[in-house]
Amino acid sequence: MSVVSFSKEKIMRTSEAAVKAAPAQPVVAVVTPLSTTATAAAPLLQKRGAWAARAKRAFEWLLPPVTGLLIFAAIWATVSALTQGLPGPVKTWQSAVELFSDPFYINNPNDMGIGWNILNSLKRVATGFGLAAIVGIPMGFVIGRYAFMSRMAAPIISLLKPVSPLAWLPIGLLVFKAANPAAIWVIFITAVWPMIINTAVGVSKVPQDYMNVAKVLNLSEWKVVTKILLPYVMPYMMTGVRLSIGAAWLVIVAAEMLTGGLGIGFWVWDEWNNLNVEHIIIAIFIVGIVGLLLEQLLVLVAKRYSYE
Amino acid sequence: MTTPTMQDRYVLIENVNMTFQTKKGSFQALKDINLNIREGEFISIIGHSGCGKSTVLNLIAGLLQPSEGYLFCAGREISKPGPERAVVFQNHSLLPWLTCFENVYLAVERVFGDKEGASQLAERTRDALELVGLSHAMEKRPNEISGGMKQRVGIARALAMEPKVLLLDEPFGALDALTRASLQDELMGIMARSGCTAVMVTHDVDEAVLLSDRIVMMTNGPAATIGEILEVDLPRPRKRLELVEDPAYTHLRSEVLKFLYERHAKKAA
Repeated sequence: MSVVSFSKEKIMRTSEAAVKAAPAQPVVAVVTPLSTTATAAAPLLQKRGAWAARAKRAFEWLLPPVTGLLIFAAIWATVSALTQGLPGPVKTWQSAVELFSDPFYINNPNDMGIGWNILNSLKRVATGFGLAAIVGIPMGFVIGRYAFMSRMAAPIISLLKPVSPLAWLPIGLLVFKAANPAAIWVIFITAVWPMIINTAVGVSKVPQDYMNVAKVLNLSEWKVVTKILLPYVMPYMMTGVRLSIGAAWLVIVAAEMLTGGLGIGFWVWDEWNNLNVEHIIIAIFIVGIVGLLLEQLLVLVAKRYSYE
Repeated sequence: MTTPTMQDRYVLIENVNMTFQTKKGSFQALKDINLNIREGEFISIIGHSGCGKSTVLNLIAGLLQPSEGYLFCAGREISKPGPERAVVFQNHSLLPWLTCFENVYLAVERVFGDKEGASQLAERTRDALELVGLSHAMEKRPNEISGGMKQRVGIARALAMEPKVLLLDEPFGALDALTRASLQDELMGIMARSGCTAVMVTHDVDEAVLLSDRIVMMTNGPAATIGEILEVDLPRPRKRLELVEDPAYTHLRSEVLKFLYERHAKKAA
């Protein structure tokens, strides 16, 4: 009896480990149809009886997303068969293999590998996003903390927030007289609103109980910020950061289409001019996967800094 | 008795009215509150829910300002909250991202940080937590300990500030009966040792009689005021089990109950 329960416990443990490994898997799930990692792992799973349970779990876990992707591929194949010019999944896959076989080549400054294009776009997003954090988070704190500042900023924010960030591109070009800083400027504008607003909401939602503690203890403003506001607001701030990195990555494609230069957005435009539709579809997948990775990365960071 | 000295009027509430401005218009919560609290005295404020007893406490704490009238503590007008009037909040109000030690240290640092070094401050913090029997849980976060332990940390935080007046807002209201009883006994011991003045808001008749020197009984709101003040002249130290049989205790208890359920019964809402 005890032996049985012991081995059961082992199964539990290994399946727990499988669940713990899960956060990394959403990404894998998306890539699976395009890669061979799942089949390579198969012989290992048969090693021990306990692994069978794990394999079953993994199968059950992967079945719905894989089915979804297969249906998507089937619709895509059907549409491409019925229309002229739209390449199907197989043709796109072949093109992607070719493209990613040498992602970091440099022929000349206007003809560089896909890897360089992605890295350049990420660099612009990181710069604009970083500047937005430096400006947006302190501004959010001030707006959330002082009613006067909140009412002062309200009309400006509500007026400017709904404007498409791309509308700011000409202003950027005019002020900075160059395409690259203008693209970064657009990313800054995209990313700054969610950070200001979420931080401010977090600060204004700090429970009155905590503020009463601060009042009774007569804490200095510095202590109030570092010991009460900052830890409480962190989850709100991370939500703002996640929203803004998502939006920034959305907007960079459009901004680069307009500004040109090296980057995934301009690459799409370039391939459209070359009428290389496979590459455009590949670009769509790249943008999606990179966006997903950025989001997941920030979810991990948010978990790390949450007090709960 | 001689002429009133400062010790007799350590906390002084004079003709206080409190009116709140709400969306539905103004609401008078308190009317003509007058109360003297002697130094070292333990006062309970009891009344039905919504009678404004917590408002009285918040006024003494300085978290609220009276619409009319004045409040004094140790001869000085109460104009804002301060560490000399420490509050033990009903829901403990510990900061969840700090350990028990850090929660208490935050208060200690604020009050004694100018005069003492870090090791002395840490010593004070440890002493306060030891006083409430939590030396073993110093490095735990509030969500890792029980409700009773959280409230002990809240009490430790308040006492560590060495306040002139300890204000307790239904401190044991959220606890189960057994935990509540043991914390009441502990609080009695701590108060006897520190000699600190205390004002406690409660809706528990036994708690009020057991702990208090005087019980302030409030009428129902709106425009609540002090109905009667009951002297609790039971000798200290008081023992819970002995008091149960004590006719004086039973009499006092029934006095409070009569006030609450005969003369000022709350109409069913």
